[in-house]
Amino acid sequence: MRETLSVSHAEDHPSTRRDFLYYATGGVGAVATGAAVWPLINQMNPSADVQAASTKRVDVADLAPGTQLTVLFLGKPIFIRRRTEEEIAQGRADDGAANIVDGNARNPNIGDNASAADENRTLADFSGENTGEWLVMWGVCTHLGCVPLGDGAGDFGGWFCPCHGSHYDTAGRIRRGPAPENLWVPNAAFVDETTILLG
Amino acid sequence: MSGIPHDHYEPKSNGAKWLHRRLPVVGLIYDTLMIPTPKNLNWMWIWGIVLAFCLVMQIVTGIILVMHYTPHVDLAFASVEHIMRNVNGGWAIRYIHMNGASLFFIAVYLHIFRGLYYGSYKAPREVTWIIGMLIYLMMMGTAFMGYVLPWGQMSFWGATVITGLFGAIPFIGDAIQTWLLGGPAVDNATLNRFLSLHYLLPFVIAGLVVVHIWAFHHTGNNNPTGVEVRRTSRKEADADTLPFWPYFVIKDVFALAVVLVGFFAVVGFMPNFLGHPDNYIEANALATPAHIVPEWYFLPFYAILRAFDSEVWVVIAANWLTGGIVDAKFFGVIAMFGAIAVMAIVPWLDTSSVRSGRYRPMFKWWFALLVVDFMVLMWVGARPAEGIYPYIALIGSAYWFAYFLVILPLLGIFEKPLPQPATIEEDFKEHYGKSGSNGDNAATPAE
Amino acid sequence: MFRKLALTALTAVALAGSPALAAGEGGHVENIRFSFDGPFGTFDQNQLQRGLQVYTEVCSACHGLRYVPIRTLSDEDGPGIPPDQVRAYIEQNFIEVWDEDLRDYRAATPEDNFPENTAAGAPDLSMMAKARLGFHGPWGTGLNSLVNGIGGPEYIAALLSGYNGHDEEMAGTFLYGNDVFPGGLISMAPPLWEDGVEYNDGTAATIEQQAEDVAAFLMWAAEPQMMARKRMGFTAVILLILLSTLLYLTNKRLWAPVKRAAKES
Repeated sequence: MRETLSVSHAEDHPSTRRDFLYYATGGVGAVATGAAVWPLINQMNPSADVQAASTKRVDVADLAPGTQLTVLFLGKPIFIRRRTEEEIAQGRADDGAANIVDGNARNPNIGDNASAADENRTLADFSGENTGEWLVMWGVCTHLGCVPLGDGAGDFGGWFCPCHGSHYDTAGRIRRGPAPENLWVPNAAFVDETTILLG
Repeated sequence: MSGIPHDHYEPKSNGAKWLHRRLPVVGLIYDTLMIPTPKNLNWMWIWGIVLAFCLVMQIVTGIILVMHYTPHVDLAFASVEHIMRNVNGGWAIRYIHMNGASLFFIAVYLHIFRGLYYGSYKAPREVTWIIGMLIYLMMMGTAFMGYVLPWGQMSFWGATVITGLFGAIPFIGDAIQTWLLGGPAVDNATLNRFLSLHYLLPFVIAGLVVVHIWAFHHTGNNNPTGVEVRRTSRKEADADTLPFWPYFVIKDVFALAVVLVGFFAVVGFMPNFLGHPDNYIEANALATPAHIVPEWYFLPFYAILRAFDSEVWVVIAANWLTGGIVDAKFFGVIAMFGAIAVMAIVPWLDTSSVRSGRYRPMFKWWFALLVVDFMVLMWVGARPAEGIYPYIALIGSAYWFAYFLVILPLLGIFEKPLPQPATIEEDFKEHYGKSGSNGDNAATPAE
Repeated sequence: MFRKLALTALTAVALAGSPALAAGEGGHVENIRFSFDGPFGTFDQNQLQRGLQVYTEVCSACHGLRYVPIRTLSDEDGPGIPPDQVRAYIEQNFIEVWDEDLRDYRAATPEDNFPENTAAGAPDLSMMAKARLGFHGPWGTGLNSLVNGIGGPEYIAALLSGYNGHDEEMAGTFLYGNDVFPGGLISMAPPLWEDGVEYNDGTAATIEQQAEDVAAFLMWAAEPQMMARKRMGFTAVILLILLSTLLYLTNKRLWAPVKRAAKES
């Protein structure tokens, strides 16, 4: 009995071994707590159905030149316009005009530094050829987020935001009014002859 | 706070002194954590921590579930499936909340029966006991309303049946039931108010828990001997107690971790074990499930509710005495709430001068029978009310009332208690002085 | 005494938590060794895909699956069908959903749920495998659901292959004799036939095989997170056992001087 007592005494005194046990317990406790807390935070991230809705396939087979389609994507409108020859010509003619306030294409499909030239604004079709026919943009005014009116509205034959009078041209570039940037182009691409994949 | 002599918080730095003069919150936390606790508490004294953990876990997971849940009869069921299928980890949070309710009740029943065995309800701890009973009642209300929210078949019909109990009250019952439901039947109004109250009550429980802890910190803990901590001198108090931190915090957290191993095994491998399959069918007011069974934790009292039908003589007598006002249905409701009420007033029913059941040779057997009775009632509550089951339920109910109303008062008179240790210190020394008296101790020489 | 009581209490709690058969007193349901049974069980992707085929070609004529998102067919823990094949599946089977905005039916996308189908008054099958209790043993405790599950898929399989030909006409309705369905008569005509579907993987399409496959598929549909759940269970249990062990040692070390003092005095 006396011997066992002295053994456990000897074991108690070196504080390193005891400290190690305490640190190990505290460490595993912290890991367990962390593992328990993470799901409580992660549950507020977008759920699987919302994530699944982060891409959208739009059928544009019925879209004739000179008409546009507005679809809701991620809670905001997307304008898909199939431009006429005149609109394309107008847009290209305006390249480099003095009242193009924003010199950036605002098109994440081709990179951050592209110029606001008409051809940098439009979407290539399924064959990869950029005819200038397909203009896909967020229908969100870059001023304060209203939805601009389309179908040739405004002084430049493109879009016009009724809230504070921003005028966009046929390529969706800001030409007059308080908006600071061209209408943004979303991530988009043709995945077959008649389907645009958004996101 | 406590009348037991012990160290108090002394602010050392200037900043600590500054705060302490204005708000002694650090002192409050210190005194709570360092409260002198009887050193002989056994493993039945861990359920308080488990319960505190359950309350926090249910509040946290519940707040999360509300972020994704829709309280509308057309959408509630689908929104629960949304949680199960789409929300990140939503299935885990919901299964934890669902099974957390069961863990909560397992812990509370063990906590209550511990109190009943060791006489924790006796003077001067009656207020702790009464507050505890209030907490238990609110837990039942919260659990019941929470069970309605998924809007499954069992949710709907459980709500219909249980609110129907209030309809049994003579004269005003129908009005009360309509008021509870917000209409003639369980519907959207019911669902919305149940969510509101299900969200509110846990916070009321949390407040009552503070009072519960305050009360027993004032009187000091009971302990397995039922002998009070000596308060005459600091030296004697120190011989009977140890500070709560770290001795009992570590012990309780260890026990909690062991309990959680079982809990997560259930959540991970059999999460629907304690649930009811019918609740995966959306509520349908046109079709009642074949067997309506409440959740397991209500079963003993559900059995008492059903035990008293119109053929039982006490029911016939009550009916005759009240001129027909108390019918079998109302009698059942009275019996069910009465079964909890007799438990609440047990401090005044137990006449024994000895606190702990450890030193009460006759009491031990009656208490063991009460535990068995509770299990039998739980089992019979899940059986259909036919054949032999109503008789078993009736005998079980009778014993429940007899234990509190007859046996406890008489035992104090007829029972000859065993000798008790003079002090907690003596009990502790006796327990650890002899080697091999329990598993823990047997392991010590090999250390 | 109390330790024993606590154990008894826990056992009894388990005993009492035995809900009666959900679907009333049906016939006897035998356990089937499904691949997803038990803590280590996983779904068999081939079986789920076969079950989807049975569901699509047979069940979906009358039943819906309204809570199950079609995209989840691509889940690695589920049928694991690649997204382009899921789109092809929608096209080939002309799956349409009701669109509240269009006020009309339109072709489904993977983001939609399977359509509901109430035309024949048949129940939705999304949670059917969790809404039926096949067995609850041993002795009514339900404890063996740890190994066998609650018998939901077994019930489905047994019902589908449990037609006995004792059909009756009652009040103008033709009812089919079934060994498993509560009451013995069911309004659903025998849905499965020998070689009623043709499996791509060459599995012989007996009635029993089809019944088991579709039952497994419906178990996945009811509990698509089952694999993730079991993984979480293992992580939590192992982590907590480790933590318990360390806390046990810490507690023992913490109390050692106190207990020694009691022993020495």
